[in-house]
Amino acid sequence: MTLRPLLLACLLACAWPAAAIDTEPPFADQQREALYQRLIHEVRCLVCQNQTVGDSTAPLAADLRREIRRLVEEGRSEAEIEDFLLTRYGDFVLYRPRFRAGTAVLWLAPVLLLALAGTTLAVVIRRRRRLPSDVDADEGASPEVRG
Amino acid sequence: MLRYLLPIVALAALVVLLAVGLRRDPGFVPSPLIGRQAPAFSLPRLDDPSRQLDLTDLAGDVALLNVWATWCGGCRQEHPFLMQLAAGRQIRIFGLNWKDDPVLATRWLADLGNPYVAVGVDQDGRAAIDWGVYGAPETFLVDATGRVLYKHIAPLTAEVWAAEFVPRIAASRAGRVP
Repeated sequence: MTLRPLLLACLLACAWPAAAIDTEPPFADQQREALYQRLIHEVRCLVCQNQTVGDSTAPLAADLRREIRRLVEEGRSEAEIEDFLLTRYGDFVLYRPRFRAGTAVLWLAPVLLLALAGTTLAVVIRRRRRLPSDVDADEGASPEVRG
Repeated sequence: MLRYLLPIVALAALVVLLAVGLRRDPGFVPSPLIGRQAPAFSLPRLDDPSRQLDLTDLAGDVALLNVWATWCGGCRQEHPFLMQLAAGRQIRIFGLNWKDDPVLATRWLADLGNPYVAVGVDQDGRAAIDWGVYGAPETFLVDATGRVLYKHIAPLTAEVWAAEFVPRIAASRAGRVP
């Protein structure tokens, strides 16, 4: 009697693949499967913009997975498949857009901001060092110590 | 002086940047198709699946390609405006029925009126991917030679029509490149 819930849990655990988003069988060729997996986790679903097409259940994501699968089956390279998507949906379709004039700010801004913050910090620290420290100032006049 | 001015200028720049960012619609994805040749397609027609609707059918004058579906709420919202446009005979409107049931689509046009010269049925969404479609309704403005002039994502309204479409159509018909 007590085994029944446990058994049920085990059976339900077996049904886990039912929750899979991509229901297509994997590629026989391991390299192609790897390319397919890499692409579907790099391409943004444009309907639900914070998910990749590999994570999304949106109909458009299913269509884009199917297109990517077709192109992989045709033996296209990663760059060719990315080009296919870029000419249709633009830079936004890739989670890591290619580096070019239009995306330079996006890629360089973090580096520039970090450099700016680092420089500012260095300048502030150097200035503080040149000032007489708080401890020195306290020692110069410490009326409470006389006891 | 610089000590106070610099942070204030930096803050002002940040405020401007964030204000601009707040006003932009994060759902809007600019189309790389604009200014380029429209992707070719050949789709069975909704009224007669034995005939095809091709990109070349749009040629000759500026035309609209409207992406719609019966499951799309925004499409119902813009439908009366499309009817109004069609009645005004200012431009030919072609439809791309996207991932829809042709029976429901035919009934929709019978019930709400048919503003389209012809509708192509894109049941598996292949043609829509070629056009970079990601959310119906979407309306493309294509010139006489088959070049994409503009794309509007969201229901068409009289305001959008007057501001974005009318000047581009006039410029294209006058032979000027907008």
